[in-house]
Amino acid sequence: MSAEVVIGAWVAVGLSLCMYSFLYKDNPFFKFGEHVFVGVSVGYLLTITYYQVMTNKLYIPMTQQGKRWLLVPAFLGLLLLARFIPSIAWLSRISFAFLLGISSGLAIPRQISSFILKQVEGTLKPLVTVGDGGVAWMTWAGLNALLVLIGVVSVLFYFFFSLEHTGTVRRIARVGIYFLMVSFGAAFGYTVMARMSLLIGRFDELMLYASASYGYATPVLLVAMIVGLWWWERGQERKT
Amino acid sequence: MSAFIGLSSGETPALPGTETLMMRELQLPRRHAGVFFACLVWGLLLLPVVGRAQETDASSAPRLEAFDMPGDAGDSIGLRWPVLTTESKTAVYRVSLSKEQTGAFTPIAEFAATTHYETDISGPWWVWGAKRKDVHFFQVKSTSDFRLERDTTYFFQVTFSDGTESLKSAIVAAAPHANLLNWAKLNNFGILVAFGATLLVSIRRARVNPHIFLRRIPGLDAVEEAVGRATEMGRPVLYLTGSGDFGGSSDPSSLATIAATVILSDVAKRVATYGAELRVPHRAPIVMAVCQEMVREAYFAAGRPDTYREDTNFFISGDQFAYTAAVDGLILREKPAANFFMGYYYAESLLLAETGATTGAIQIAGTDAEHQLPFFITTCDYTLIGEELYAASAYLSREPVLVGTLRGQDIGKGILLCVMVIGTVAITLGEIFSVPWVKTLFQLFNDVK
Repeated sequence: MSAEVVIGAWVAVGLSLCMYSFLYKDNPFFKFGEHVFVGVSVGYLLTITYYQVMTNKLYIPMTQQGKRWLLVPAFLGLLLLARFIPSIAWLSRISFAFLLGISSGLAIPRQISSFILKQVEGTLKPLVTVGDGGVAWMTWAGLNALLVLIGVVSVLFYFFFSLEHTGTVRRIARVGIYFLMVSFGAAFGYTVMARMSLLIGRFDELMLYASASYGYATPVLLVAMIVGLWWWERGQERKT
Repeated sequence: MSAFIGLSSGETPALPGTETLMMRELQLPRRHAGVFFACLVWGLLLLPVVGRAQETDASSAPRLEAFDMPGDAGDSIGLRWPVLTTESKTAVYRVSLSKEQTGAFTPIAEFAATTHYETDISGPWWVWGAKRKDVHFFQVKSTSDFRLERDTTYFFQVTFSDGTESLKSAIVAAAPHANLLNWAKLNNFGILVAFGATLLVSIRRARVNPHIFLRRIPGLDAVEEAVGRATEMGRPVLYLTGSGDFGGSSDPSSLATIAATVILSDVAKRVATYGAELRVPHRAPIVMAVCQEMVREAYFAAGRPDTYREDTNFFISGDQFAYTAAVDGLILREKPAANFFMGYYYAESLLLAETGATTGAIQIAGTDAEHQLPFFITTCDYTLIGEELYAASAYLSREPVLVGTLRGQDIGKGILLCVMVIGTVAITLGEIFSVPWVKTLFQLFNDVK
């Protein structure tokens, strides 16, 4: 095993344990991990942004491909920096207005298409099935379509804001809430399962790094961290 | 606008029955726009007749047509040909392409002869007319192997093979062109105009009568309580705008983020009025800059510009979990009395809300990220579900324009609700009684996308 791999394993284990120490309480190990995480991510993203945006999307297309029109977005981007000069800070609002306008204009039609009209289309299903033997009134497909229709209609009732939720409207909206809660329950279980698999993956790696080939990184660092936390707690007690 | 290229007699031999097919060729959008309703009426009347008029082709080779796909960016070509009577499950069609009519043809696709029909086209009827089950359709697009260049003529040939014989179509040509308008979205435009008109009328009515009823949203009623509690306890109010950005059409978080910034303005106004402290950590620089403007204006509107601090909004990191770790640390160290989680969230939702819950803060969340809603519901005191987030700004401010917009949205939802119920009844009756016009009526709803 090369030294780089072993050092990498120790760093990975150390930072993982620092973050997991949060389960105990806020402590210096967690603070260290948090600050390293934030610092590294900001530095990394800054570098990525510089090369992928400033270089690949602005400088190279302008200088090598002759795309002079890119000066317009570049100028709008520069206006954002006007915020740092109070006397011309108002100029940055031009860029913000452009950003908000363009993002709303692009997002709203897509949302309408994907989350309203497509859903309407998916709801429109026949409640019966017609086969060679004639009309089948009670089929699973029909029942499913009916269930979806009732669910969509009742949930829509819940989201009527200018309608007083009393009487029949209240009862229908209540059915809608039940449908919502069932879907949330399913989503909860599904997501928790996904998170468990992530946790297992992390533990799997920690166990791998606990072997002799990695210098017993996990147990050594775990013991060191427990001792460190105990020492820190004693210090805290002395202060109080 | 183009339809057929290279179907002149010099390039493609005239085939028996071509004129019938040509009459039913791709109908140009411009024409459709003009005779929209006439097509609908005639379509309803003639559908059964047209249906019977379709006859399978018994000629020896596939009668191939190539045409520029309508309403695209000039990156695809459509091919179609009537089904052959000799087709079977074991037979295949092979589509070949060449840049020159006499050049070597490269196979680009091969599929079973019993697949790829016009009925598979997802486009609406006012662009494609009645889609036929007895005509094959194949859409040629750029792949990793070859790239369709805009305004370049390509030549196509389809080969039918059933193991015993191999029949080649005539060579046809077409060039992909970019279209200025995508007529398939005509219905979206219609809905936009109708919905816009409804909103304008609703706003006008709200201005005349500002006391439009809005149902109670407990999560928003609690905003006042949460800010008041933070003021009494002398602790800050933490407001997160989520992990979203103003990313445009490809970003699912745009609308929720915009809603979160608008609600921040109302919360900041209350915080300024009460004299509490507001903390707004950010992941997205642009969102942070917009929020700075919002908060500053809110403090001015509340008559407390002197208490506004530039560091109310601060940037942490663009990385999801670095941001989460830092906010968790902030929650544990500063122990805000009220936590607001508005906007779009990903996997960090539970990490943030769970940490907040351990500090005993009153927590109000609002998101349209349906996979994160369960986590907020289980860990927060109040949760704004989906559209309640969008309604929040109208509810909090009671501005006639926003309340009118909300009223207009409700009318829109009512219309959609009717469409769904009537549409389901129509399609069910169509199935039971096998009435073609009911099915065509269903298409009205089905193509609204």
